[in-house]
Amino acid sequence: MAVIRDVMPAFQLYQPSSAADAQKLLEQNGQDALVLAGGLDSMDWLKDRIKKPKVVVDLGGVEGLKGIQETGDGIEIGAMTTLTDIAENPVIRQKYNLLARAAELVASPQIRNQGTIGGNVSQDTRCWYYRAGWPCYRAGGNVCYADTPVGRNREHAILHAERCVAVNPSDTAPALIALDAKFVLATPKGNQTIDAEDYFLGPDIDITRMNILRPGWLLTSIQVPLTWARADFYFEKVRDRNVWDFPLMNVASAMKSSGNTIQEVRIAVNAVAARPLRLKKVEDSVRGKPRNAATGEAAGKLAVEGAEPLQFNAYKIPLMRNLVKRAIGGVEEAAWAS
Amino acid sequence: MGILEWATSPLGQRVPIHIAWFLIWVALIAGLVFLIVHAIYVRYFAKHKEFASEASPAEVLNLPARIPRHSLAARLFHWIMAAAMFVLLFTAFLPKVGVQFNWVTYHWIAGTVLTISILFHIVHSIFYMDFWSIWPDRSDLEDAGKRIRRFMGMSTTRPGKFAKYPLENKLYHGVVMLTGLAVIITGVCMMFRVRTIFFPRNPYLFSDMTWGMMYVLHGLAGVGLITLTIVHVYFAIRPEKLPITASMIVGSLSREFFLKEHDPRRWVVKGLSDRKDLAHGD
Repeated sequence: MAVIRDVMPAFQLYQPSSAADAQKLLEQNGQDALVLAGGLDSMDWLKDRIKKPKVVVDLGGVEGLKGIQETGDGIEIGAMTTLTDIAENPVIRQKYNLLARAAELVASPQIRNQGTIGGNVSQDTRCWYYRAGWPCYRAGGNVCYADTPVGRNREHAILHAERCVAVNPSDTAPALIALDAKFVLATPKGNQTIDAEDYFLGPDIDITRMNILRPGWLLTSIQVPLTWARADFYFEKVRDRNVWDFPLMNVASAMKSSGNTIQEVRIAVNAVAARPLRLKKVEDSVRGKPRNAATGEAAGKLAVEGAEPLQFNAYKIPLMRNLVKRAIGGVEEAAWAS
Repeated sequence: MGILEWATSPLGQRVPIHIAWFLIWVALIAGLVFLIVHAIYVRYFAKHKEFASEASPAEVLNLPARIPRHSLAARLFHWIMAAAMFVLLFTAFLPKVGVQFNWVTYHWIAGTVLTISILFHIVHSIFYMDFWSIWPDRSDLEDAGKRIRRFMGMSTTRPGKFAKYPLENKLYHGVVMLTGLAVIITGVCMMFRVRTIFFPRNPYLFSDMTWGMMYVLHGLAGVGLITLTIVHVYFAIRPEKLPITASMIVGSLSREFFLKEHDPRRWVVKGLSDRKDLAHGD
C-alpha cells in the first residue's frame, strides 16, 4: 500500500551512455529492471514504494536517444527527446504541427522540459486504485476496484474495457497514430519497427501491460513519415484543469481534402480505453464526404457506438461524440451537443 | 517460491490471489513424465494380461458382432466436452506463457459450453445410462488387489475381466469429475467478476479471502486438468486402447475385443438383458 512517501527503496542505478548498452542492461536484468526516462512517471512508483525494482536503468545520459533528425522519408525523433524540444522544433511545427500541439498541451512547462516523448507514450495508467498499490487486475490481482457500483471511475474507460477499466493518459500517442508514425524498438533479437497503434496493448491482450515492451526491450526512436506532412490537423484535449492535467479525453486527426471533400483521414482518441484508439470505422465512413457539420455529426455518433459508461463517466460519451464531430466537421461547423 | 501468489487487500488483509504460474510447467512435466514412465513400463516390465475365466460358448453365441458401448448422445457429449476443455486449457494458460490474445471471452464461452454439457451429462447418466457402471464396485477392488499382488510376484488367483469400464477408467472419471466440478463451480462464480451476458458484475459477492481461495481452487484444478488431459490423450492413442477410442467415435466395440477384456456377466450387453443368468453373474 502507498504509505511511505519520498523514501525510495534501494536499487542499483545504471547510467549507460549508449542505447546498445541500455538495451543490454535491460536484457540482463529482465523483470528486475525499470527504465528511467524523464522520471515523471517512474518517480511516483518508486517514492510510493509500489514498484521496487532491483535495477534502474537511467537513459538520461544516452545522447544517441535525443534529438530530432530529418530523414529522406520524414523525421526521426529520439525516444529521449523532451516534449519541449518537440513542441518548439521548427520542422515539426511546420510539417507535423499536430504533434507539436499535442506535446505542448502535456502537463506544465516544467514537466515538458523534463518529460520525454518515449516516456509520454510509455507511461503507465493513472487509475488511482492501481497506483495506490491495490491488488487489481493490472497489478496481477483478480479484481477491478474501479469497475464496481461504488468505484470512483469518472476518468475511466468507456470502450474496450475488459476486466480492467483504466485508460491510457498519453497526449502524444493519438497524434503519433494519426501521423502514421512508426516506433523503433531495440530487442534482444535486434531492432523492430512497428506501427504506432500496434505499440499499445489493451487488457484483452495483456492486462498488466500498456504497451508491447517486454523485459529487455527499449523504445529507441519514433519515425514520422512524410505521408501526412502539412495535412489539415486537429488536436483537442479536454482536462479538468487547463493549467496542467492529464486528459479526460483527447482527439487527434490528420486530414487531406480536395476542395471541401475529405480524401484521406486518420483519427485517434485517447483516455477512452486502455490504449489509444484509432477510429478506422470513422475514417472509412467520412472518406469522400464533404467536410461539414453533418459529416462530423455522423462521425461522432459512429465513434461512440458500443461505448459502455461506468457509474460516473457517462459524460465521456457525448464528450467523445463532440470531439470527433469537431475533428471531422471542423470547429466552425460544429455546435456543442450534450 | 510458494505455490500461491498473495497480495494485501485494501483492508490490509493478506489474501491469496491465484496460484503461482510455474505450476503450469509442473503439471505439464508431470503429465509427460507419467506417459514416459508408463510407456517404458508397458514396453519392458508389464506382464501379459491374464484373467480368471473365459466366456462360455453360450455367452459368445449370444453376442452381436459389434458390442454397443456409447450412445450417440454420450459420444456427442464427450466430444463437445473435449473441445470445450481444450479451448479452456489453451485460453487459460497460453497467455500465462507469453502467447497474448483476447482470451477471456473465449474462455467464458467455452466454460459455459462445458457447464451445459456437464449438466446434460449428469441428467443423462442418472436417468438414461447405466449410472453405476462408472463407479468402482467390490469386484473392481478385489481384482485390483490381485493384479497388484501378481505384479509384486506374490501368489494369488487371476483377476476377473472388467465390467463395462476398467477400474482405471472409473478412477480417472472420479478424479476428472471432482476436478471438473471444482473448475465449473468456481468458474461460474468468477463470471460475476467479468462482463458476460449472464450476470451483472458483482465483485463484492464474496469476501476478498473467499474470492482468493476460489481463484486458487480454480487454478489448481485447471493445472490439474493439464496433467489429466495429457494422460487421457496418451491412453486414447495407445495401440492397445485404440478400439476403446474408436468406440467413442463409432459407438461400438468388436466382439473379439469385448471378449478379450470384458466379462459379459459384469457388462450385460443391450439386447441380452433378458438373460438373467448372465446379468446376475452367476
